Amino acid sequence: MTTTDTTGVDAPGTAPTEVAPTQVCASTPMGYGSMRRKEDARFIRGQGRYLDDIALPGMLHGAILRSPFAHARIVSIDTSAAEAHPKVKAVITGETLAGLGLAWMPTLSHDVQAVLATDKVRFQGQEVAFVVAEDRYAARDALGLIEVDYEPLDAVIDARTALDEGAPVIRDDLDGRTDNHIFDWEAGDAAATDDVFARADVVAECDMLYPRVHPAPMETCGSIASMDPVTGKLVVYTTTQAPHAHRTVYALVAGLPEHKIQIIAPDIGGGFGNKVGIYPGYVCAVVGTIVTGVPVKWVEDRSENLMATSFARDYHMRGEIASTKDGKLLGVRVKVLADHGAFNGTAQPSKMPAGLFHVFSGSYDIAAAHCQVTGVYTNKAPGGVAYACSFRITEAVYLIERLVDVLARDQGWDPAELRMKNLVQPEQFPYTTALGWEYDSGDYPRTLQKALDIAGYAELRREQAEKRERGELMGIGISFFTEAVGAGPRKTMDILGLGMADGAELRVHPTGKAVLRLSCMSQGQGHSTTFAQIVAQELGISPDDIEVVQGDTDQTPFGLGTYASRSTPVSGAATVMVARKVRERAKIVAAAMLEVSPDDLEWEKGRFQVAGDPSASAAIADIAMAAHSDLELPDGVEGHLDATCVYNPPNLTYPCGAYICVVDVDAGTGQVKVRRFIAVDDCGVRINPMIVEGQVHGGLADGVGMALMQLMAFDSDGNHLGASFMDYLLPTAMECPSWELGETVTPSPHHPIGAKGVGESATVGSPPAVVNAVLDAIGVRHADMPLTPAHVWRAMRGDPIRTDLAID
Amino acid sequence: MQVPAQFDYERATGVRHAIALLTRYGPESRLVAGGHSLIPMMKLRIANPETLIDINDLDELTGISITDGALRIGAMVRHAELLDSPLAVEHFPILVDAERVIADPVVRNRGTIGGSLCQADPSEDLSAAFTALHAVAVIEGESGRREVPAREFHTGPYQTVVGDAEILVEVRVPIRTGSGSAYEKVERRVGDWAVAAGGAALWLDGDTVGEVGIGLTAVGAAHFCAPQAEDFLRGGPATEERFAEAGRIAAEHVRPTADQRGPEDYKRHLAGELTTRALRRAAARARGSEA
Amino acid sequence: MQITVTVNGAAHTREVEPRLLLVHFLRDELRLTGTHWGCDTSNCGVCVVQLDGQPVKSCTVLAVMADGREVRTVEGLAGAAGLDPVQQGFSDKHGLQCGFCTPGMMMTCRALLDRNPDPSDTEIRVAISGQICRCTGYENIVRSVRAAAEMERAARVEVEEVQA
Repeated sequence: MTTTDTTGVDAPGTAPTEVAPTQVCASTPMGYGSMRRKEDARFIRGQGRYLDDIALPGMLHGAILRSPFAHARIVSIDTSAAEAHPKVKAVITGETLAGLGLAWMPTLSHDVQAVLATDKVRFQGQEVAFVVAEDRYAARDALGLIEVDYEPLDAVIDARTALDEGAPVIRDDLDGRTDNHIFDWEAGDAAATDDVFARADVVAECDMLYPRVHPAPMETCGSIASMDPVTGKLVVYTTTQAPHAHRTVYALVAGLPEHKIQIIAPDIGGGFGNKVGIYPGYVCAVVGTIVTGVPVKWVEDRSENLMATSFARDYHMRGEIASTKDGKLLGVRVKVLADHGAFNGTAQPSKMPAGLFHVFSGSYDIAAAHCQVTGVYTNKAPGGVAYACSFRITEAVYLIERLVDVLARDQGWDPAELRMKNLVQPEQFPYTTALGWEYDSGDYPRTLQKALDIAGYAELRREQAEKRERGELMGIGISFFTEAVGAGPRKTMDILGLGMADGAELRVHPTGKAVLRLSCMSQGQGHSTTFAQIVAQELGISPDDIEVVQGDTDQTPFGLGTYASRSTPVSGAATVMVARKVRERAKIVAAAMLEVSPDDLEWEKGRFQVAGDPSASAAIADIAMAAHSDLELPDGVEGHLDATCVYNPPNLTYPCGAYICVVDVDAGTGQVKVRRFIAVDDCGVRINPMIVEGQVHGGLADGVGMALMQLMAFDSDGNHLGASFMDYLLPTAMECPSWELGETVTPSPHHPIGAKGVGESATVGSPPAVVNAVLDAIGVRHADMPLTPAHVWRAMRGDPIRTDLAID
Repeated sequence: MQVPAQFDYERATGVRHAIALLTRYGPESRLVAGGHSLIPMMKLRIANPETLIDINDLDELTGISITDGALRIGAMVRHAELLDSPLAVEHFPILVDAERVIADPVVRNRGTIGGSLCQADPSEDLSAAFTALHAVAVIEGESGRREVPAREFHTGPYQTVVGDAEILVEVRVPIRTGSGSAYEKVERRVGDWAVAAGGAALWLDGDTVGEVGIGLTAVGAAHFCAPQAEDFLRGGPATEERFAEAGRIAAEHVRPTADQRGPEDYKRHLAGELTTRALRRAAARARGSEA
Repeated sequence: MQITVTVNGAAHTREVEPRLLLVHFLRDELRLTGTHWGCDTSNCGVCVVQLDGQPVKSCTVLAVMADGREVRTVEGLAGAAGLDPVQQGFSDKHGLQCGFCTPGMMMTCRALLDRNPDPSDTEIRVAISGQICRCTGYENIVRSVRAAAEMERAARVEVEEVQA
């Protein structure tokens, strides 16, 4: 169900309607709209080509032996029995890698990570040995033949004890390390913020944990490495959201020349941030092909995926919010203990150790804000920035949206009114926050009002009051988020020194068909369709006549890839700019064709026409043929229309949204039923509204999952208690309501088509709405996610569960 | 993807053949029916049988019928078949309640009644349901068939009275008038194992409880049953107050253990709450007054 | 051991290890890679195929157990007349994004419509409740199945009108 509002005139109570996607018709203008996805033709026939679908001639299969201990010294590894297995071709250990200088690899956060353990294992599931065998079954069998003698060590599991005196030192591989401290980092004006708090009428504080979760795409991570022994060229098929960044990292890690490395990302079965980093298994596959001389495939199983690849969040936050006695927000501050696991492997802008967390003043006009973040090592898997988090804006939005609710509860204020009163006003844009971000555009009050209208907020509150009289628990939760997506600019945002800009190349063939080459990589977002629509809109070519190429470093221009909702803001802008370059060339050619001055031409509905004479015109197809023909071309056109572009975003784009969740809670069992979920998103101009809505739907389900069930706790020995889909529960169709969507549109003023990112908005914005609703229902000030039935029941009794540790 | 270790495979053609194969291959052989408990455990290499004996062709173990005044459910009946069974709906709706919340619809197409009971997971649902119904398990071995009450079937977690060379062939539930039954489960998510679950069967004589059965799962109830609560109810009036008290008694006698599904106090609370709810709904059904 | 499995109407005979999972038989032996796998514990449902017409999780069925039986995979959905209405519904209603769970979802939904030509939204949600999708939030999958049901209903009406 969708309610659209682009006029600025709201129609309260507008009935949501379902919009059927329509095929873009063959006539011009062509471009934006809900057209069916071009990529679906292969997916619905089972003709997608995912990593594990690829079988290269002679290919061998790898499997990884992993540590059963969270912290242990490796005394010895005996691989002789495994090597004797008739189908085993190689067994690689940390010792093998050390000989090649590959036992350790750089992380994306100025640290190193063990590829295969040499000295110690530092989390349960850490990579210890790699077997290469003729088939996947034999490789698995051989793992059982490797004998590792471990000397178990005390583990640091509870992040809150990581800096305790006498805590076991996890990273004794680093020179001079005597504790588990990684970094201290702060943002905002501490003194000004303290001053505001000292003068405030009201202060509300709350300790909250955004627990460790995992993106868990349906396809796990994997890689096929193939080194041509003659040419020395390494081809790596891999599940990557950022093929070009991977190539550069391989070059730096392995010392291979970059032009001899080709990264190919086939179809990707979901990424959500899980497929940004380079995992030890990928490096092992590369070593495997070098050792054996034939291609080696490694694909992790689900337990490996959950135990060892990028987790997300794990932020222990102590937040405070200050306001006047009549509800004007004044300041917000937070101290964060960030659990980064055993290696600091977060994937985020290098200069920002807490990512973009410092947008935590949210959508409100708040004068002062300050955060202090301390990162620590624990005996858990590395990661921390993944799972559709927009570089930790998930944590930021959760913090502020919980604090606002806590304040409202403490003071007896309506949480919708408190939000409405404090939202940044439309006339304040561009709005510079207390933490230095320049929000580009938005009409927050209209967005929130729209959500309240769709929800029927007043009526819901009446229903809630009536139900309370009868002892029934119903809750209404609101969250309002501002996202910050589309990283760079490259000056402030880089990964490993690689600035966050993206390239696009557009080739227009003589017949007017086009090929667009992108540096970003779809994991299901529908790039083949959306980006073709952008070109179609700019050039008047049917989207069906535009091939989008991505995911192959030999075929595409350099760029940092798809994560943090940056494809449309960055690569989308690059696509617009490259199409406009083509159009400018086309204009000169058209002028020559029509024998007029370029100044006399107007771009109209996909054609250049002579001003005042619509009969004299040329479409891109005609112009492309002319550009390739014997037509004498004017100065400035060498021939052809092809162009390239690199887009360095001047700022992030700032989508926003207002979400309202309605839940019913069974007082006797603590079970939560999400009855309704209203989501009004403003992501600027929508290129393919159908795809945008689909992205929102998926993120909303994520929010329900994180808020209610996705649980990754560890027992005191460091055993991972969410290491399979039996234990790490993802929401099914039964836990998800029929989403009720609405939209407002405030274009981004600095994006060439006014578009903003949207891929992660709903994942960022929805968890606090669900949590606020559940806590509203049960009348509890705070309890951490996930709000499982047991946890809800305990919270109702004033005894909430510590969700990062084993329940005892 | 995780894969099982090597094993030998035999396809049984009949119950006698299956028993002969079990005898031949000994205690390291296992029957496989739906395989939805066993095969995942083999992939995780927690279970490593040397021989699998496939009993999917054993038509004599299929079918749901009324035989000799009892509902007879063959051990190879798939969960989906029991869920859709008009006989189950008519006589023992507790079985339909339970089936609706066992695993998921696709797994239910494959998983079998006998497989679930013989896996004897301490959180398994049908074990509690059949316990509540005072059902009887029929087991066949070389020397013929024997009958074991459902509440004597399990000897501990993952352990049953079925011998190495025996097969559970069917479950029988005697049909008596005045019955009503229901099953209540709390799960963290659809398809998850129970945090706790309770089933109740009542045979009313007017407003008096003639006979009663209470089955509990995932809460450490010995043999999946709550005999003290049953004793309390038997012969007394079927009232809301007494159902609440029966729940309290049931909760008192369970021995749940904490895990990520919930702490001990919560599971104990659920044992009582779900017992009461199941009794309430069973009574409404017995009276034909279910809302 | 030697097995013969009929897949999408064609009989395939192969020598296999007893432990070979049906999903690997389809993917590795027959190179029908439309059927995916996503977990080790029968929880995710991306591996669903039809075995003798019933949706099953092919990661939890041994290939030897399918000996002599009929398997239908996503590759067998489209017929000579073109796409199956379920496939068309998923395309029309944006019932997929990354496409990884899609084959399993479609095989289950095809079986649902064969059994129940006019399912309610709740019946659709129950039918797919053993299968995880991380992209769509399920909403458009439900709409896709509804659309497929509507297409088939319209086709039936057309046939009836022609017959009348």
